This record gives sequence, structure tokens and C-alpha cells, in this order.
Amino acid sequence: MKFKPTFWRVIFVVIMALGLYSTFIRFFYGLGAVSNMTDQFPWGLWIGFDLLCGVMLAAGGFCIVAAVYLFNVETLHSVVRPAVLTAFLGYVLFIVGLLFDLGRPWYIWHQLVYMNPHSVMFEVGICVMSYTTVLFFEFLPNVFERFNMKTPIKWIKKIYPVLIILGVLLSTLHQSSLGSLYLIMPSKLHPFWYTPALPFLFFGSAVAVGLAMTIFESTQSAKAFGRHLELPVLVQLGGALLVALWVNALLRFQDYLHRGMLGQIVKPSYEAYFLWLELALAFVIPITMLSFKKVRLSPNGLYLASIFSLLGFITNRLNVSLTGFETYAGHHYLPKWTEFSVTLMIMALGFALFGLAVKYLPIFPAERHAVMQPARTEARAAGATAVLGNAGD
Amino acid sequence: MSKALLYDATMCIGCKACEGACAEQNKLPYGDKVAAESVQSEHKFTVVLTKDDKFMRRLCMHCEHPACASVCPVGAMHKTKEGPVIYDVWKCIGCRYCMTACAFAQPKYEWHSLNPRVRKCIMCPDRVVAGKQTACAEICPTGATKFGERDDLIQEAQNRIRQNPPNYLPRIYGLHEVGGTSVFILSSVNVEAYGYPASAKLGDTPIPEYTGRVMEKVPDFIPVWTLALGGIYWVSHRREEVAAAEAELKKNGSKR
Repeated sequence: MKFKPTFWRVIFVVIMALGLYSTFIRFFYGLGAVSNMTDQFPWGLWIGFDLLCGVMLAAGGFCIVAAVYLFNVETLHSVVRPAVLTAFLGYVLFIVGLLFDLGRPWYIWHQLVYMNPHSVMFEVGICVMSYTTVLFFEFLPNVFERFNMKTPIKWIKKIYPVLIILGVLLSTLHQSSLGSLYLIMPSKLHPFWYTPALPFLFFGSAVAVGLAMTIFESTQSAKAFGRHLELPVLVQLGGALLVALWVNALLRFQDYLHRGMLGQIVKPSYEAYFLWLELALAFVIPITMLSFKKVRLSPNGLYLASIFSLLGFITNRLNVSLTGFETYAGHHYLPKWTEFSVTLMIMALGFALFGLAVKYLPIFPAERHAVMQPARTEARAAGATAVLGNAGD
Repeated sequence: MSKALLYDATMCIGCKACEGACAEQNKLPYGDKVAAESVQSEHKFTVVLTKDDKFMRRLCMHCEHPACASVCPVGAMHKTKEGPVIYDVWKCIGCRYCMTACAFAQPKYEWHSLNPRVRKCIMCPDRVVAGKQTACAEICPTGATKFGERDDLIQEAQNRIRQNPPNYLPRIYGLHEVGGTSVFILSSVNVEAYGYPASAKLGDTPIPEYTGRVMEKVPDFIPVWTLALGGIYWVSHRREEVAAAEAELKKNGSKR
């Protein structure tokens, strides 16, 4: 096979090269040399984005698995495998990212030996380890199918109910606990983002992002791999996303109302600008868009709305982890380029592994032209999918 | 009985002898250059600050309910019964949660080390266990830093304020903040002017309680949520089975 230097491949190689350079700096010159983290800002981009956003963006795995296997939403069956794959890759890469951020990553196994049950970090660590194992087993059937191994598939099927329930349980715990991480900092985190409701808000945003991410990645895969796009699935996810966004927006409103913050959040300030950006991207724009039936039924509309809400919730988590500490720390934190490049390298690895998995494993169902359920949207869907299906490059 | 330190800023002459003694005790470099540094860092656990001819010392507060110890996933920080909050470097994985959790921003990091440690005042635990004073209290020429039983020091601080009211602000910083600490500060000016977090912002609630309220629900949440999820799974799949059985029945019925 000859290497064709397409645009994305060149970008990929550049990102990997810079990332490897930063990796070298990280492990041979230390955290101080590779990052702009300081004693005032001990947690930077790698915690704010790689950890908080990474785990949130991988939430599609448990959302779709719960919808399909717990609530029997059969129509979403075709997105289970890509969602589980995204989650599995997401968690594995998140652990890779953690090895960069930890000061002494070679002692990461201490988590299992010197346990401190009072620590939220301990709970998150144990849940993430266990959930990654669960995801590994949920992902395994792809490999077994590829090599036509019937017996192991049978074994996995037998333990599948346990995997599903365990997966959803562990996800509920650690998705909310990521918010609980910040409960210990009432005097440091800005009151726009410090609230006793943090665990609930983090869980809520994980569900919304899980849905948005599934829309995003289905559309993206359709474009990239020339796959058939199942519009009814997207439409259903879009409806669910609208509901999830409303629930999240109401939670946020309730929280500000109860804490008497409504007067403060409308007053212009450094933090308020970031809050407005977050609220606009996460709620105002996508909710307005999805309120139009026309958007809810159009693949491009759904794609755009999902991107806006993803950006919004990413902004939210960066606000919680970075913006919200700037006033306390007394200075701004802007990640060093080497921090960005490590994050980019890990993301690029994720995209590449996803592409490889799709190429070599039965992630997407074989094209089914006879659609299972007669939905009202079918006629529009057929036209739209034809367009999208051909858009692949 | 637990030990504590009382720092009386009105008695401090700013000689920085405590800084030097601390550095020597903890095998840290110390010289004119370090003495001139007015921030705490991985090589300066305590600092004497100067502002308008008045002095203020900063060091780890050795909280009664330390946030750093409660958040450490591997339990590398803990409060000893003698009072000091100490650090077991061999357990540490370097997550720096202690640094983000500490309301007094005391733990500092060896950012440029390849095997970095968290550094902070550990209240000379070896000396304390051996019945001696901390290095800083021992060297202090004026008694501004005093080592002793926590209860005795509280008494003494109250007495000093009572006997010489114009000399002091009527408060002991560290007595109630975050549920009490093992370092008390008396002064004639607000400690906040020297970078100490405001009492009103800290509150009297022990900081670990903020997460404890959530974490204590986890052991109950796990079985309840597992049962609920199992129940949902069972119901939705039972419905499927029933539907399949009914369809089967219909098919067979129509055949007959």
C-alpha cells in the first residue's frame, strides 16, 4: 500500500511529530518545562480538557447502551457499536492523557493499594478503571465477529446484562463525581460555577453530550467513510437532545435562582462573558435551532445543533476547571503550546484509531436498505441520506 | 493531646530566623537570595512578609480537618494525632489534588523535577514526636512563634487579646476557620492584607464536609441504583418476551 499524502494525513503527521516532541519535553524536562501550570494553577488544560471534557465526550457509550439495552429503544441499535467504540477509545486515551498529567505516573497503581475512600479522585479512578474494563468487554464482540469466533461471542452474550448494568452504574458514579471533584473548593472556584449541584450538573451535561456526540459522530462517519446515514436515528437522537438540553438549562436556572445569583450573572464581568458564551453555545443556540421542526428533520441542522451544544458544554467544563480559578489565582492561565500539542496528539490518535477500527471491524451495520419502521420522516430522510452518503471524501 | 503553633505578629521583628531554621530542618537551600523571596515555594515552606513596617508569617495551617488529606486518592497526606499534617512521598502519584483543594494554597510542587514531590511545612513531626519544639519556634528570638498544646495556646491567645486590647484585632485567625487549624495568628492588622484567605470566605465548616455530604451517599446509592437498573432491564426484556410469546401464539392460532 502506498502512502498518499492527503490533507488530513499531512495534518496528522504534523500533529504527531509536535506531540512526540512535547512528550519528550514532558518526560525528560518535567511538568514545569512542558506546561504553564504553576503553584497557583496546579491543574491546567490536561485536567480541564483531557480529563473533564474527554470523559464527558465519551458519555455516548453509556447513554446509547442504556437507551437500547435498558429501555429497549430498538431503533437506536445501529449506533450502539460506534458509540461503544468511541467510549472505549475515549477512556483508553484519557488514561494515556493522565499519564502525562500525573507527576509520578509510574505509581498510578498505588490507586489500587493505598486506597482513600474519602477521596473523590479515588472514586473516579476506580470507576474509570472498572468502566474501561467493562467497555473493553462490550467492544470485544467486534473483534470476535471479525475473526468469526462463535464461542466467545456466546460467553459475552451471557454476561451482557451484567456488563450493561455495571457500565451504566459506573458511568452514573464517575460522570457525577467529576463534578464532585470541585466541591472541595468553595472558597476558590468562582460562584458562577461553584454549586453544591455540581455532581448533578455534570451528570446532566454528560447525558446531553452523549446524545450530541452520537449525532456528531454518526454524521461525521457518514461523511468520512461514505456510510449510509440513517436519518430516523438522528431525528430520534435530536429529539432526545432537545429534551436533555431543556432539562440541563432548567437545572442551571434553578441553581442560579436558589443561590440568588440571577442578578449577578447578567452583570458584565470577566467571568460573566465566559458564562454567557457557555450558555449561548450550550443552550440558547441549539435549543432555538432544535425547536424548529425543519432543523430537527434535517441532517445538517442536527449536525450543527450538536456541534454547538458540544462546544457549549466543553466551554462549561473549561470554565469550571480554568476560568473559574483565575480571579482566585490572581492571574490568567493560558496553556503552553506543548500542552495543546499533547492534547491534539491524543485526539488525533483517537480519530486515527476510530478510522482503523471502522475499516477493519464490523462497527457499522451492513447497509440495510429496507428500513425497519415506517416513520413520518422517511421520505425526507431518503433524499437527505442520498446527499450525505455521497458527500464522503 | 495535639500540638499547635501560635504566631503573634505584634511580637515579630522580621528577622527571618524561622525561615532559615525551617530550611535547615528540611534540608532546603537558604541564603540571601532565598531570604529575599516573598513567596512560598517548593524550596521555601514558610515566609515572613513585610508590609508598612509590620510583619506576617505564612506557613501550613495544619487544619484539624485537612482538605489535602481528605482528597488524596492514595492517602499520602494525613493528620497525625500530635497535630502535624504530614506527607508520605512514597505513596504520592502526583495528581496535585491536594494543591487545588487546600484553601490556604500551601502545598507547592517541584515543577521542574522528573520525580516531583509536593512540598509544604510538615510541622517538624520528628521533633514533635520526640517532645521537642518545631525548628521555627525554637529559634524565634522574641517568642512571636510559640509552640505548645493547642488548648493552652488558644487560652494564651485569648489572654493576650484581653490584657492588651489596643494591640490586637479581637480575633484569633485559625480558631474557627475551616473548622479550626493548628496554627493560630494574632495581629494588629487584618491577616487578609498578607494574602491569607478571608475568614468570611472560608467559613467555619470543615472543608472535607463539602464532599463528604456527597461521598457518604455513594455506599447506599450503589445497591439502590443497581437494583433499579436491573429492574428496568428485567421489565423491558420481559415485555419483549411476552410480545414474542403472544406473536407466536397468534401465528399458531391463525394456523389452526
